[in-house]
Amino acid sequence: MAEAQIQSYNINFGPQHPAAHGVLRLILEMSGEVVERADPHIGLLHRGTEKLIEHKTYTQAIPYFDRLDYVGTMNQEHAFVLAAERLLGIEVPERAKYIRTLYCEIGRILNHILNVTSFVLDVGGMTPLLWGFEEREKLMEFYERASGARLHANYFRVGGVAADLPAGLLEDIAAWCESFPKVLDDMRVLVDENRIFKQRTVDIGTVSPEQALDWGFTGPNLRASGFAWDLRKAQPYEVYDRMDFDIPVGKNGDGYDRYLVRVIEMQESIKIMKQCIEKMPGGPVKVDDRKVAPPPRGEMKRSMEALIHHFKLFTEGFHVPAGEVYAAVEAPKGEFAVYLIADGTSKPYRCKIRPPGYVHLQALDMLSKGHMLADVVANIGSIDIVFGEIDR
Amino acid sequence: MSFLDRTARAFLLTELVQGLAMTLRYMFKPKVTINYPYEKGPLSPRFRGEHALRRYSNGEERCIACKLCEAVCPAQAITIEAEPRADGSRRARRYDLDMTKCIYCGLCQEACPVDAIVEGPNFEFATETRAELLYDKQRLLDNGDRWEAELAMRIAADAPYR
Repeated sequence: MAEAQIQSYNINFGPQHPAAHGVLRLILEMSGEVVERADPHIGLLHRGTEKLIEHKTYTQAIPYFDRLDYVGTMNQEHAFVLAAERLLGIEVPERAKYIRTLYCEIGRILNHILNVTSFVLDVGGMTPLLWGFEEREKLMEFYERASGARLHANYFRVGGVAADLPAGLLEDIAAWCESFPKVLDDMRVLVDENRIFKQRTVDIGTVSPEQALDWGFTGPNLRASGFAWDLRKAQPYEVYDRMDFDIPVGKNGDGYDRYLVRVIEMQESIKIMKQCIEKMPGGPVKVDDRKVAPPPRGEMKRSMEALIHHFKLFTEGFHVPAGEVYAAVEAPKGEFAVYLIADGTSKPYRCKIRPPGYVHLQALDMLSKGHMLADVVANIGSIDIVFGEIDR
Repeated sequence: MSFLDRTARAFLLTELVQGLAMTLRYMFKPKVTINYPYEKGPLSPRFRGEHALRRYSNGEERCIACKLCEAVCPAQAITIEAEPRADGSRRARRYDLDMTKCIYCGLCQEACPVDAIVEGPNFEFATETRAELLYDKQRLLDNGDRWEAELAMRIAADAPYR
């Protein structure tokens, strides 16, 4: 009997596939069960964020950054407020810096818990997701106590943070820092050596160091390929230069290494959070400049001058001197950056957002070529993409 | 030796048994889920939920139609029309809040100089029709009357930080 020739055919993966981590539409050219080409179609969640920001004052633009990567939200706000602060040339009070650092690390853990556990879910393990979400719930409670919202925080402001942390919150975060490593270790007992997980991830989607650089990888994905590159160390912002932490680095650059790097990063984040809580100084949380930060409410109700400042800041906003700046932060997914051009008015002239997920998604074809269909799911899970930031 | 060790572990399903033992241990831990409509998680005084317009203790509306909230709203969900009353005071004739546009960023309550518009603790205001989410002034004032005790408490609790 003659050997049957199978023609390659296309299948649609998503946009409503539960393992597509959002609204990813992937056209897969298959040869049998082997992927020949993976073509991501994006834009299904496009909201025109960058254009909208051009028509908003700097204060109004901050909520848009929560909605980019909606998993660890404050890290995105951070890039934007850093950019605006650099253009304004203002120095943020110490306490605000520590609060921001603390909350960015909480955001990192929020993101990594979701990514790691949903990655495990994608390849067949359900339990870590349930345990992880219990911890995420506690972290989102910390978000809520500080900012008033569990996800879309709108907490960081140009010149500081919206409000000081309420009494007792730091103690609760410190207590959580003690209890969380236990949960993480329990989760690792389930996953790390599990043969099913290893069969699905080891040597799947391997990225060599050269490929990682060529495709512009950043964050945990780059570190899994063996580069100890972390913006928190390479170009420290806020108080990261005063923190003692290590950068986990992978060896093989496969899905398993990306998982491990993220798990170890959570442990490092706990270290940073503990140091932040320990060293947290007192003092104001907003810059003492009435032309940038609104006055406290008590003063606003008593002083005419403060009331005028209040009105000016909430209608017109503050003016940012003309200039351009590129502010990058080490967001949980990689280098998240804002390229801000100001023209001297109270609204940005242009706000380009550099989302890490966008860069990682374009490598999906390289990652998946020659793998089985089921490995595409593992690859998507391991590169940690969220469509809020990719489609913007 | 390590080869023997590895092979033995593989054949004895060590990591699977360890994992199963771990999940078994968790089975006997107290449950963390809550019985939602009857039990609810804690909310801080800063929680940003459904909006309300407050009144002074003498029953007069707080809102003076200064339109700061309208100006600062990033989603442009608020529409206000002002009018002078017979006694010369300035009040809102119209205060429309489109809850389908609102992104609950809290900038309106931050902007309000008289603590009139606030975001309350209520997050259970789902409706069956879209039109019900287009709040007018009366609806917002009713919300304020319904939640006033809690709203005042929340503002007092958060006052030192604002």
